[in-house]
Amino acid sequence: MLNDVTFGQYYPTKSFVHNMDPRAKLLLLIAYIVAIFIANNFFGLILVTFSLLLFILLARVPFGRVLRSIKMILFLIIFTAILNLLFYAGGEGDIVLAEWWIITISWQSIINTIFLAMRLLLLVLGTAILTLTTTPVALTDGIESLLKPLKYIKVPVHELALVMSIALRFIPTLMEETNRIVSAQKARGANFETGGIFRRAKAMIPVLIPLLVSAFRRAEDLGDAMDARCYSGAKGRTKYKKLTFTWRDLLGVLFFAAFIAGIVLLNTYFGSRFDIIWQFREWFGI
Amino acid sequence: MESIRSAPGQTADEAAPAAVRFENVKYSYEEDEGSFAVNGVSLTIGQGEFVAVLGRNGSGKSTLAKLINALLRPTEGRVTVLGQDTADPKLAFEIRKNAGMVFQNPDNQTVASVVEDDVAFGPENIGVPREEIGERITAALQAVGMSDFRFATPSRLSGGQKQRIAIAGVLAIRPRIMILDESTAMLDPKGRREVMDVIQKLNKEQGMTVILITHFMEEALEADRAIVMHRGEVVMDGTPEEIFARAEELETYNLTLPRAAYICKCLQEAGMPVGNAFCAEALAEEICRSLQKG
Repeated sequence: MLNDVTFGQYYPTKSFVHNMDPRAKLLLLIAYIVAIFIANNFFGLILVTFSLLLFILLARVPFGRVLRSIKMILFLIIFTAILNLLFYAGGEGDIVLAEWWIITISWQSIINTIFLAMRLLLLVLGTAILTLTTTPVALTDGIESLLKPLKYIKVPVHELALVMSIALRFIPTLMEETNRIVSAQKARGANFETGGIFRRAKAMIPVLIPLLVSAFRRAEDLGDAMDARCYSGAKGRTKYKKLTFTWRDLLGVLFFAAFIAGIVLLNTYFGSRFDIIWQFREWFGI
Repeated sequence: MESIRSAPGQTADEAAPAAVRFENVKYSYEEDEGSFAVNGVSLTIGQGEFVAVLGRNGSGKSTLAKLINALLRPTEGRVTVLGQDTADPKLAFEIRKNAGMVFQNPDNQTVASVVEDDVAFGPENIGVPREEIGERITAALQAVGMSDFRFATPSRLSGGQKQRIAIAGVLAIRPRIMILDESTAMLDPKGRREVMDVIQKLNKEQGMTVILITHFMEEALEADRAIVMHRGEVVMDGTPEEIFARAEELETYNLTLPRAAYICKCLQEAGMPVGNAFCAEALAEEICRSLQKG
């Protein structure tokens, strides 16, 4: 279980999406997020949803695995949805359904709530596709490569990427260590399970301090080990893993260029998300 | 065990520089304090030698190791590695290329979360071209018998396996000297054996100079030469057999004999006519011989 955390949620398999260049995937994700936010009506979001489904299929990751990533932020989605439903105040044209004190529920607020919830869900699922199909190492390599231009304004891109990958590498080690310290403190009579939130937080101090001390010792050791292996910064360094931009990546990027264009067209063609209300009224005579 | 020993430093061919030479080296962690972690060490280690450095905690053996590959620079005296002075900051890079070092805790010396990427770290640092890094990884992993784990995650391997990966990470730099700073201390007996086998192979088959820092006396038996350190000084230097024959002296440095050697000594004291033996096999032979005689 511990080790699941190591790789975020990387799902090892071979697929079109797995084989894509991490840089292309990062760019696609950015384009995807932009698309979600410029889409102004449901037709746009439906198009986004279809593209998401297409990528899930291409990635050959089980659908359940992708959906699991929502669990973490389900609360957030529900919370913002409720707030939106109750406190959305559009303006003049609102068709109010219920009103009490500062709370107003209107057709507009319902539509807006659904729209926002969809946006958030699509956002999380899209990001999940990236982390499910890309190892942390590839991801840091991709970020390093994309941020390379920042080197010219003296941002230590290589060092930052190295720090990031070392941090990822030490997560399981420190998790193990935490478990060990917790066990050791329990054996000495520490109590982590009972008491209020403050008592429990206080009980964590005897765990955190040894953990911090050992993390520093590890850092010192690692520094020595890196020195011994001739590390001397980015200068004169070669890279073993080469990122290669292939036809897959070109295809992906072209797809998303077309995709964003499509959304912009849908935006202008179908207008605002609220038009659907008038449409419904016409159809059903509400 | 048969030991094929190269000539001791003094008589070595002057044309080929010694692997490591200490000239009256002192090192103090705190500048102002008068105590030295390494206090006046002079010694020469020839190329291709397999040297075990023994000593209690705080005897200065780890400091000695760090002085070799320029992680520490001597407060006084001179350390040269293949003729290069470690005091020169410009040479540190070259010295570290020649003298690789494996540390105690296998968890604290891996930089990447995939074996292959970790082994690549050293060659990347010294600027080896991409195609060659692949070859070096293959060769290094083969040398430590970990070829099947190229794409594994170090955190899921056993201690012995992790330490072999660390050795591979150093081998990929193609050093001529390998320093192991208590690299077996945190391993279980199986892991220790795995690591010792790899070291033996490197020394015997590739002629690599090995400096093994340890507090396991049994491991010293596998070396050609053993050095005992006490309070920052070299107090004994000779073949493991010579060292272990002086049990009383060892005791004054808080060191014990290897178990088989200790049993042998007890048998001798009890009046059994057995010759000196330091490892289990030799002891068994001695006992058989004495029984046949009797």
